[in-house]
Amino acid sequence: MKDLAEAALNAAQVKGAGYADVRLDEHVQQDIIVKNGQLAAVSDDASEGFGVRVLVDGAWGFAGSARLDRAEVEEVVDRAIRIARASARVRSTPVDLGPPVTSRGHYRTPLERDPFTVPLTEKVDLLLRADAAMGAVKGVSIREGSMEFLRQRKVFASTEGAFIEQELYEAGAGIEATATSPDEVQNRSYPNSFGRHQGSGGYEYVTAMQLDRHGQRIGEEAVALLTAPQCPSGVKTLILDASQTALQIHESCGHPTELDRVFGTEAAYAGTSFMTPEKLNHLQYGSPQVTITADAVTPTGLGTFGWDDEGVPAQQSFLIKEGLFVGYLTSRETASVLGQQSNGTMRADGWNRIPLIRMTNVSLQPGDSSLEQMIAETRDGVYMETNRSWSIDDKRLNFQFGTQLAYEIVNGKRGRLLKNATYAGITPEFWNSCDAVAGKSEWSVWGLANCGKGQPPQTAHVAHGAAPARFQHVKVGILK
Amino acid sequence: MKSMETARLTEQTEVKRFIDKLLQASPAAQTEVMVTEWDSALTRFANNGIHQNVAERDVSVRVRVVKDGKTGVASINQMNESAASDVLKRAIAIADLQSKGEVVPMPGPAESRPVEAWSDATAGATPEERADFVEAICARAKRAGLKAFGAFSTGAEQFAIANSLGVYHHHRSTEATINSVVMGDAGSGYADRGAINVQDLDKDEIADEVIDKAQRNQNAQPVEPGTYEVVLEEYAVAEMLEFMSYTGFSALAVEEDRSFMRLGERITGDAVTIWDDGLDASGLPAPFDFEGVPKQRVDLIKKGVATGVAYDMMTATTEGRQSTGHGLPAPNTEGPFATNLFMQPGSVAKPDLISGIKRGIWVTRFWYVRIVHPKLSIITGMTRDGTFLIENGKVTRPVKDLRFTQSMLEALDGTLGVSTTTKLQIGEFIGASRVPAVHLKAFTFTS
Repeated sequence: MKDLAEAALNAAQVKGAGYADVRLDEHVQQDIIVKNGQLAAVSDDASEGFGVRVLVDGAWGFAGSARLDRAEVEEVVDRAIRIARASARVRSTPVDLGPPVTSRGHYRTPLERDPFTVPLTEKVDLLLRADAAMGAVKGVSIREGSMEFLRQRKVFASTEGAFIEQELYEAGAGIEATATSPDEVQNRSYPNSFGRHQGSGGYEYVTAMQLDRHGQRIGEEAVALLTAPQCPSGVKTLILDASQTALQIHESCGHPTELDRVFGTEAAYAGTSFMTPEKLNHLQYGSPQVTITADAVTPTGLGTFGWDDEGVPAQQSFLIKEGLFVGYLTSRETASVLGQQSNGTMRADGWNRIPLIRMTNVSLQPGDSSLEQMIAETRDGVYMETNRSWSIDDKRLNFQFGTQLAYEIVNGKRGRLLKNATYAGITPEFWNSCDAVAGKSEWSVWGLANCGKGQPPQTAHVAHGAAPARFQHVKVGILK
Repeated sequence: MKSMETARLTEQTEVKRFIDKLLQASPAAQTEVMVTEWDSALTRFANNGIHQNVAERDVSVRVRVVKDGKTGVASINQMNESAASDVLKRAIAIADLQSKGEVVPMPGPAESRPVEAWSDATAGATPEERADFVEAICARAKRAGLKAFGAFSTGAEQFAIANSLGVYHHHRSTEATINSVVMGDAGSGYADRGAINVQDLDKDEIADEVIDKAQRNQNAQPVEPGTYEVVLEEYAVAEMLEFMSYTGFSALAVEEDRSFMRLGERITGDAVTIWDDGLDASGLPAPFDFEGVPKQRVDLIKKGVATGVAYDMMTATTEGRQSTGHGLPAPNTEGPFATNLFMQPGSVAKPDLISGIKRGIWVTRFWYVRIVHPKLSIITGMTRDGTFLIENGKVTRPVKDLRFTQSMLEALDGTLGVSTTTKLQIGEFIGASRVPAVHLKAFTFTS
């Protein structure tokens, strides 16, 4: 691989690139699905290839190919250079990458048990046990459980002298029970929605979930939701569980602090951001309880790695400090526009894509409350758990979320189970209404493996550290 | 446009030879091989300049084996002898390592009707041609004091599927798409187009639409949320249909009692007729599905009555009927998917859809639509890039974007007008829809 990388960089320089980098990537993925007591799917997917990114006359070109040989390297470099020259004809301002990045090294995800060495039967047995636990509940009509394991070996090299090898592992799993009636479909999933809970690490990440111990509970909850009363409409105190808080961070803080989006490069697709540069260090984004960081070092985070796809080392930075908007997620190119240096968030979802600014582990720091205390202090509220639907406008201001499960809170006590719960708000108003965040013992890292951005589309795997949190005067029950 | 580069795809005979050898080498009782190869490029622009410009060549070889009542699926992105051996070995290993699982039947051979979906001009589109196209839109926007953003892509693909029961189908296609948002200081507009032949994309027509919309959508003022009569442009209608397909048009969704489709019952207004047809050349045609079954037309909603759903091999076998050719690649637990949707045009010229509206909202497009309740067909989302107030039959002013939370069936139940013209909307990930604009009696905006 090193030889091909060097060949690509040499060819790019000879053909006129002012800067070039190459990523060689080998990706292996195993997926297992158990449905209604049967093994429904097992697949084993492999992909390898390389991509060359060049700057010519201050403009970008990129080309990639699955064919890993010298002749193809020459052809792909030619293609990238030609594309960059075409870009230069319709360039706005020349790209400035700021100071050179010369990182060298090797990183491997810490893990206890390589998921690719765990026998398939062991994985399937665990899913079948969880399936049986859900199936024991009368009224559960659809049961599904899944696992996913990923291994990515990648090499990054640049004409500035960077040379990095990384071996990244992910493991994920989840179960879901669905119950239906003539007018209702209700589902409950564990540990998270979106099919599974995922983190960087080995098979130990999956066994720690104890899927089989939660099957019966979520089955019972799905059935109970069919006949539960509708979440009432009104303005109430809202308490979110940690997983829904994580998605709230993702949509209303993670995305709007992506500096490429702020500069308009996602405007025609994923949208822009209300968090524009003149608001930096001025916008009171949230209450003093709200401190949000971005880091690529938290254990088990899907945004944890050694270096990003521009060779910038993993690091931690503040986005929101005690409510004040203080930082962005940046790349070399965007950071230099603000006179900053990249904080290492550029990632591509494969060899055939250019890196974009992607969330790393964007986390709400723990507070000093607890879920129990938050409920006890609430007179008229709703507790909501596990995401069911999510939508936010193109500037990341106007949002509406729905959750699988909710409970009313009356005079400090958890009341009736509620179905079809939704809440809506405007980002800074919502985060400024946050008056409590649970502490470290209830804080955990939630992986989201379905974050879409870019054209052609890319899916990033990102994470959010979060704890249950409370918000005042929130509009709930949009669906009557 | 003069082409200087041609998409590099493997010769069809070579693909066939590769598949045949793989099938012959398989020790499994049944084997399926799917090859997808593509060569595509995309030029992305923002603030009136190109900022990303990419190209890729890749292939996917996907093998499904059924051995002793067990299924294994593996894929690799190389098309050579060692890759074939590796992917087959892995698929067999998966089947061998499991106790009995669910087996999705493979189809036997059946003729598929060839459909033309190839354009040499698209396959040969160059980076310079894409840059010229983009430059024309950016220049027009700049002259108007606006900024253009968007992406222009061209690509070529071949898809072949075969199995050990004698199925072999091959199809090649091209696709060119352009989308653009144009922004002023206080508002934006949107336009997109898609075609098989890149020469069918008219840069001036796109620039006219997106710039006009952006200019009319400046300094929008808020309007009270509530229930309004609406005109939905084709962009919004296509998105609504895609969500209907995703949640309700599948036989598995009906079988699992999570679909809004109540077959034989009236579920929308009688002005609504929706079908799926993978062979209609005015869409984005594909003659067979990802299981190797030839596509059949499926009437989904006929004059407001739910008449049919899409089937794949699994759901068809369960119900003792034929697949309609709507299977997805193995392994698939999501069920069949209708990907070539059509909505019947009506009798009203698009500009006249507003003529009878006293007070209503004109919606250019939706954004970030998500399902709130699948069985009640309720979705939420925002309007974007051109939302206008209609008063006494005229568009009077732009309004701030609104969030809607609305049952799709209830909205279509009040269909008061359907445009005479339709537009091809290429889906973000798969398939396409050809739809008209519609005038609906009631649509609920919640904030």
